[in-house]
Amino acid sequence: MYSKDGENYFIVDAHIALWDARPENQRNIHGKQFIDCFYDYHRNLSPEAEQWSYEEYLYQGGERLMKDLFDDGYVDHAIFQPAYLGEFYKNGFAQVQEAYGLAAANPDKLTYNHCYDPRHGEAGLDRLRADHEKMNFTGVKLYTAEWHGESRGYKLSDPWSYRYFEECRKLGIKNIHIHKGPTIRPLDRDAFDVADVDHAASDFTDLNFIVEHVGLPRLEDFCWIATQEPNVHGGLAVAMPFMHTRPRYFAQIIGELIYWIGEDRIQFSSDYALWTPRWLIERFVDFQIPEDMTEYAPLTTVQKKKILGLNAAKMYNIPVPAELQLPNAEETATGPRQPERADLAGVR
Amino acid sequence: MTAVHAEPCAARATSRVTKEDVRVALGAVLDPELDEPITDLGFVRSLEVTAGSDGAVVRLHLRLPTSFCSPNFAYLMASDSKDVITALKGVASVTVELDDHHDSDLINAGLAADAGYRGTFKHEAEDSLEELRWTFRRKAHTAAMERCLTELLRSDPDLLETDMGNVRLWDLPEGRNKEALLRRRTALGLPGGTNSIVLVNHEGHPYPAEAVPMALRRARSTRISIDGNAHFCRGLLRTRYDGSGADQTARPEGAEATPNHEQLPFTVKETHQ
Repeated sequence: MYSKDGENYFIVDAHIALWDARPENQRNIHGKQFIDCFYDYHRNLSPEAEQWSYEEYLYQGGERLMKDLFDDGYVDHAIFQPAYLGEFYKNGFAQVQEAYGLAAANPDKLTYNHCYDPRHGEAGLDRLRADHEKMNFTGVKLYTAEWHGESRGYKLSDPWSYRYFEECRKLGIKNIHIHKGPTIRPLDRDAFDVADVDHAASDFTDLNFIVEHVGLPRLEDFCWIATQEPNVHGGLAVAMPFMHTRPRYFAQIIGELIYWIGEDRIQFSSDYALWTPRWLIERFVDFQIPEDMTEYAPLTTVQKKKILGLNAAKMYNIPVPAELQLPNAEETATGPRQPERADLAGVR
Repeated sequence: MTAVHAEPCAARATSRVTKEDVRVALGAVLDPELDEPITDLGFVRSLEVTAGSDGAVVRLHLRLPTSFCSPNFAYLMASDSKDVITALKGVASVTVELDDHHDSDLINAGLAADAGYRGTFKHEAEDSLEELRWTFRRKAHTAAMERCLTELLRSDPDLLETDMGNVRLWDLPEGRNKEALLRRRTALGLPGGTNSIVLVNHEGHPYPAEAVPMALRRARSTRISIDGNAHFCRGLLRTRYDGSGADQTARPEGAEATPNHEQLPFTVKETHQ
């Protein structure tokens, strides 16, 4: 919990990882390129005092994670969102077993979400059922730009993606976190396009689709889709640290999100270990829309409380002290919130 | 015979290609997503022009903000670069290489062999990258349109969002935003007459009155996205390649009030509970 100026904020960090990008785990040059890309994000967007050395960045381990999130970072509950990246790392990028073990040992603090790749077909479905039997997760993280043999990505609208969603439905896996990445076949079109989320969300209205990075670099496409699909949510992974380097840009991102999808469908995350939560939470609570941006209303404390934790807590049934709970807001001007009214949303 | 021999020699002498010529030519190569010349973005890593027996030999190295920049965009910029240099009179050979990208080997081999998009990406290519270019030309127009209308709205507090559907080109103040809009309209084949309606879709159709505020809001989210990406990509390039900032041209659109990595004490609004 974070407290400031007499206000208490229940914090859920909705997107964290326990990764191992050390050279001995890198399968090829792409393993190095991938973590270097993350490290450049980290260096570029972090305040100087929050920057880690490259060595620290390669691997943190469970103990450091617990300290960064729960001792230093005000976090009440955090959710693992693993990206496996088996083509880049020998034992995977996300340390799935270690993360699961840590969550099992700290169930009040950590939720373990799993990952799968629909290109594994029937065998992958068997595996998903077995993993679910053992780990009993309610959410999964899908990285659509994961490489797999000749393929360098898939769409959520692919037939096999649908087979897996049907299985999720049966198993009670309700929360589908999506990270859109850059390579996908065919390369003819925009690989960051989030149109496939639209299809999947329309056809699986009983599942929640949480688009990480709020669709960045395609914020506009994300907002439009989320406006029409009440089961589409936005995760603020990667968007948060722009508060430091590009606060006016961040103000516009958050202003747009509140305008298009409203305050109840936005989830905070540090994207640990890309960044650490402490400074992000402190600054978000202090953050305000610049005065000259008259197109946006100021951010309210209620909105900040929902974004920092209450929204994700509701989705994951994480217990929140009664005095910290808040009611949902009214519908946004741009569209419906209730699934049965989805078809009434604006015409494309 | 003498005359025939003399011709190419004379041509070579008068059209000796310089680095500056090549750089100017590269100014026409745009990052399709960010809608800016690669020369402004700092994507030119090195450029070498030497004299060969048949004309200039040009070697160009390109760099991008991350190893995982979209390979289709990366390919477009590299192949467009090769095309504009090859088209220069007096150039005998051109080598373009993309450095430090996850697809560097693939793209560089494709460029060396002039294999084209499909020849380069094989099973990952279906048709062409033309539709991709059009997607981003349309977005560039949308963003340019929004910049002009928001500028107008901010200049006159009596104007309402709903008025924006009737604004014509002649209503817009002269300046960088209007010039940019006119360029984007030309790129889409939209009319540039001063009585043309500003807020139109990519086919040139205006919006019915009740749809105007939503069209403007959507355009705004597009503009925010492009400006945000343009600055983030610039920043990442500077982080990745020491000193590359010197090769970048400042972008006023979407610029922050304070420089990168500095805390900003800007005025904030009152928070209402």
